[in-house]
Amino acid sequence: MPTVKALDGNAAVAEAVRLARVQVIAAYPITPQTPIVEHLATAVESGRLPARYIPVESEHSALSAVAGASLVGARAFTATAGAGLALMHEIVGVVAGTRLPVVMAVTNRALPSPWTLQTDHSDTMAERDQGWIQLYAESAQEALDLILVGYRTGEDPRVLLPVMVALDGFFVSHTVERVEVPDPEQVDAYLPPPPTNRPLLDPDHPVTINQLTSPDIFTEIKWQHREALQRALGVLAEAGEAYGRHFGRRYAPVEPYLPDTSAAEGWPPDVAIVTMGSMAGTVRQALRDGLLGEFAAPGGRPGPARVGLVKVTCFRPFPAEALRELLAGVQAVAVVDRSAGLGSQAPLAMEVKAALYDLAAQGRRVPLVQGFVAGLGGRDFTVETLRRVVETTLGQLANARAGGSGLAAGPGPTTSWPDLKLVAAQPARP
Amino acid sequence: MPRGAYGPDLVSPGLTTCEGCAMEIVARAMTRVLGPRTIVLTPPGCSAILTGFGTETGWKIPAFQSNLENAAAYMSGIRAGLDALGKDDVAVVTLAGDGGTVDIGLQALSGAVERGHRFIYICYDNEAYMNTGIQRSGATPLGAWTTTTPGGKRQHKKDIIAMLMAQGIPYIATASAGYIEDFMRKLERARQVDGPAYIHVHSPCPTGWRMPACDTVRVARLAVESLLWPLYEVVEGRLRVTVKVKEPKPVQAYLEAQGRFRGVSPEDAQRMQERAVRHYRRLLAQEQEGEA
Repeated sequence: MPTVKALDGNAAVAEAVRLARVQVIAAYPITPQTPIVEHLATAVESGRLPARYIPVESEHSALSAVAGASLVGARAFTATAGAGLALMHEIVGVVAGTRLPVVMAVTNRALPSPWTLQTDHSDTMAERDQGWIQLYAESAQEALDLILVGYRTGEDPRVLLPVMVALDGFFVSHTVERVEVPDPEQVDAYLPPPPTNRPLLDPDHPVTINQLTSPDIFTEIKWQHREALQRALGVLAEAGEAYGRHFGRRYAPVEPYLPDTSAAEGWPPDVAIVTMGSMAGTVRQALRDGLLGEFAAPGGRPGPARVGLVKVTCFRPFPAEALRELLAGVQAVAVVDRSAGLGSQAPLAMEVKAALYDLAAQGRRVPLVQGFVAGLGGRDFTVETLRRVVETTLGQLANARAGGSGLAAGPGPTTSWPDLKLVAAQPARP
Repeated sequence: MPRGAYGPDLVSPGLTTCEGCAMEIVARAMTRVLGPRTIVLTPPGCSAILTGFGTETGWKIPAFQSNLENAAAYMSGIRAGLDALGKDDVAVVTLAGDGGTVDIGLQALSGAVERGHRFIYICYDNEAYMNTGIQRSGATPLGAWTTTTPGGKRQHKKDIIAMLMAQGIPYIATASAGYIEDFMRKLERARQVDGPAYIHVHSPCPTGWRMPACDTVRVARLAVESLLWPLYEVVEGRLRVTVKVKEPKPVQAYLEAQGRFRGVSPEDAQRMQERAVRHYRRLLAQEQEGEA
């Protein structure tokens, strides 16, 4: 039987690390990740977690030390946030490229500048193409569960890749929720010991790892990495299904939600809101509790517009095919990103648009996609903001239809910032 | 050296190091002392040549190419991982250049020493960034020409030994590619230490020092004989000068053997001479007092 506890996201992560029987932890404190470090240091000190805890002098060294432990075959964990992840950047690529199945929790914090302590996804999005698996947790429960799903996926011999589990700073990391903590024996049944049949630094089987390469083999190594990431999508789906069988909570790379009926029966809605992390929780609750009110259905159809949610749990590898099939039947897609995507469109919106482009090639109708950037630097993603998201998307849909240009053609709508507080320009100082 | 007392050299023949490379001498001696149950790390500098290219490697022991600045952090995790797996008979060693040690790697090294992990860190000091083509480092000595000190370096060499001693490191030693038996004895001691051990090996680079390849050992010995690179070790705070120089040679002999010091003024040479004598006397005094 699982134990039900009142835990915040950081504490839930620490519980997962204990349950995963992690052998080496190296971490450096940074707001809002710090409680993870404290919980783990305490668990190791008290003997509840029989692991080695390395109190490193920087995040760069944290990930380096974790890599070292994984290089000899130990199960290793670290956690960071914001600028700490940016400092790790160089090693983020090494860990993925040397195919080390470590797990790292990232308590999301916006990158400077300006400084902020609070969440957005600019830290993890800056690492999105480094070859890690990236999972985004909606709640403390998901943070715990995804750490375990992450180890099982990353350590699978078909994958052998590191996993980042992102949880929104404060909204998930510091909000106390009801969390089911599985029994250690049940976790042992779900998560086998770490694999040893991979290249390791082992005097009994000496190999050299990570040496200089030439253009002759660099491309092929990248190809193998790419293939492993593609396989990871299926392995993650398996691990998420298995988690459901073991613990009653199933995980999938993308997950549709409708308020009044099961997604399997009621899909597609008129409008699908695509988002990640704690914002998915806000959308889910707003839809479930009818907090948004009603919107007129598109195209003059009687009755209210039907609005659904598509939560993207796995951002890397991006589940383009699953998303394409989910969104093919909807009329309009509202993508809500929690990072600005400066200089272009925001990352999730770009991914969604790229995934839907292939519909046209297949001769299928491409839904309208409206991108939104909200919740930056910890700004609360409110029901009011969400209402504006739906209104804007339905408005764009009506405009596109009135223009008769076809939804995929014509000048695309630009990214909207629905929670921007426009202020009057201040007079310049004399 | 007590011949036969050490095992075989675990570095392959036919490496692409420069002719007369002292680092390679150090690496081969290192594997003879530490043996096959050793994990070696090389940052991307000259020693990474031993870690190979493409599908080839120069090491007969497990090896990993670290980043330039974090070998000591990788070692922290490797040691913790070995401990977790109950593999306590494995030595963990880094063979890093001076740039990767005293400049960009200083933070990771200092952190790892402070935490007290059991590892050996060997710095082969060729006194500049040689693998990128002779750029100044914090370990480049006063007056030396490099491609980024075209008029000669205007600052003294960073004293990394003093810095690590200030942290109370359990074992630290200087060594020289010209006194390889002294180095091997020190490495043997370093291996016995239950904590971090650091050996800084003065390693002439004929390519960068502008000297004939056959002069590597001669120039390394001149540095010791002129008191510019005294050989000593500090065990738990007790200092011992391991090679006593009875009749020091003038530093001029060392400087003139290398093209990189061609621009050194007589005044600077005099300053170096006085500084070297002062330093050596201080070491002897510390040895007498039994404290570093």
